[in-house]
Amino acid sequence: MLRRRENWLKALDGSSENLIEIRDLMYSRGSRVIFKDMNLTIKRGEVTALMGPSGTGKTTLLRLITRQLVPQHGVICVDGVDISSLNQAGLYEMRKRFGMLFQNGALLTDYNVFENVAFPLREHTSLSNRLIRHVVLTKLHAVGLRGAADMWPSQLSGGMARRVALARAMVMDPEILIYDEPFVGLDPISMGVIVRLVRRMNDALGITSIIVSHDVAEVSTVADCSYLISDGKVAASGSPDELHAANSELVRQFMHGMADGPVAFHFEAPDYAEQLLGRDAE
Amino acid sequence: MNALIRDIYNSTHEFVRTFGAFQLFFLRLIRHSPRMIVRRPGLIVKQIYNAGALSMVIIMVCGLFVGGVLGLQGYANLSRFNAEDSVGTVVALALIKELGPVITALLFAGRAGTALSSEIGLMKATDQLAAMEMMAVNPVRRVLVPRFLGGVIAMPFLVAVFTCIGLFGAHLVSIDLLSVDVGAFWQQMQLSVSMDDIREGIIKSFVFGVVASLLAVWEGYNAMPTAEGVGRATTRTVVISAIAVLILDFMITAVML
Ligand SMILES: Nc1ncnc2c1ncn2[C@@H]1O[C@H](COP(=O)(O)OP(=O)(O)OP(=O)(O)O)[C@@H](O)[C@H]1O
Ligand SMILES: [Mg+2]
Repeated sequence: MLRRRENWLKALDGSSENLIEIRDLMYSRGSRVIFKDMNLTIKRGEVTALMGPSGTGKTTLLRLITRQLVPQHGVICVDGVDISSLNQAGLYEMRKRFGMLFQNGALLTDYNVFENVAFPLREHTSLSNRLIRHVVLTKLHAVGLRGAADMWPSQLSGGMARRVALARAMVMDPEILIYDEPFVGLDPISMGVIVRLVRRMNDALGITSIIVSHDVAEVSTVADCSYLISDGKVAASGSPDELHAANSELVRQFMHGMADGPVAFHFEAPDYAEQLLGRDAE
Repeated sequence: MNALIRDIYNSTHEFVRTFGAFQLFFLRLIRHSPRMIVRRPGLIVKQIYNAGALSMVIIMVCGLFVGGVLGLQGYANLSRFNAEDSVGTVVALALIKELGPVITALLFAGRAGTALSSEIGLMKATDQLAAMEMMAVNPVRRVLVPRFLGGVIAMPFLVAVFTCIGLFGAHLVSIDLLSVDVGAFWQQMQLSVSMDDIREGIIKSFVFGVVASLLAVWEGYNAMPTAEGVGRATTRTVVISAIAVLILDFMITAVML
């Protein structure tokens, strides 16, 4: 095990274009195996999309990458460093390079919008209030919510909260931005703006972006590379065009939204007719 | 029989594990405390306000009535032995050594403790603590330590207020209502309440403050991140704090006798 780990690390040194590498990942919750022998690479400076049916563990994967969860087996390397080897200080140093947009925004409820966005600045820098104000308003302006600076998280709609959270994720100018379902609950206008913002930050600032989304169409416009995750594994990967052209049944089913195919639309369940007739209760 | 032994083993194991984790949690809070006191006193002051100032009204109301009832009972029972002048002494000793710290701690658990654990539990359920982790901010230090310290600092003051208002309540009842002699009331009290009694009260209020705040923060932090989990954590805070306070009260009293 240890020897294999060393070999991986050696292999990683050469290829610095890979920012995040996941090898042989195994993770289970209770008896439910969520990932098994998963391998995945995220390239520096690209927008990588993680797609997959609901409940396959996309959010879980993001939490594993940022070590909010610890895998039972396998190695996750960020920039050549095995994150399981970091102590708490090292982990926090690493996380400063990340910005993360949570699926539900996760704004701090005892601060208003402005203070939410200012939070990382106040915690990690000693900038003057004027400078903080400047930075925060710029970021809020980028997501179109400069006017909402004095509002409280409870007064925001779901889409607004997620845009504020996006501003907060960007405020420290991270190297890696992780978006968990950034497009859910946005109207077409904000969606267009946010998609372009993601792309622009990526190109102009050289950020590496990881986007989790179900939205095949939006992902196609913004991602350089997509991974389709299903059944605890990477089922397909490639550029959006490649995925669209792929003739694997599973990929076609997902990209075109069909109910029948290798991916079961239903969560594991006993036989429908049997359950309705109450046979398994006997 | 085997199953019974296994059950006993399992629950003992679980208890030891939880209790150990609880102690480690306490040490973690202590370890982060000095830094927070020095660097972020504002956060702690805010929590002293939340735990202390916002509990003040119920503490005062309850103190007034507890003191009043002590005055009534003390008078009614002492006057059977013609000792109604000692009402002041009885009330003061009861309040300073026992009822002040204990009742304040129970009220604190009900008012401030539940607020703390539900607030922290809700922050957990809505990913706010995870979001802090991702912003490289340690939620134990940033969220839990100030709340814990706020409670610990607020409690002795609340006990002091409760005790003083209680004495005032006893004064109202026994002097203005039952016409005990004012001079006797206060002089007897002064003669018989020693510094040791007050010290006992202070030690108790400090211990109860630590225990009630610690339990509230612990329960909130370990709540299941669901609506039901937060509700259950809140209930457990009150129940466990109450039990812990009463048991500790007995132990401290026995030791200090
Ligand atoms: N706290 C938990 N305890 C037990 N199981 C969990 C927990 N959180 C998630 N799971 C399980 O892990 C699996 C993956 O969950 P996850 O949230 O990562 O899915 P997802 O791909 O992000 O789905 P969605 O697209 O709906 O957000 C789910 O099947 C879920 O049942
Ligand atoms: Mg998800």
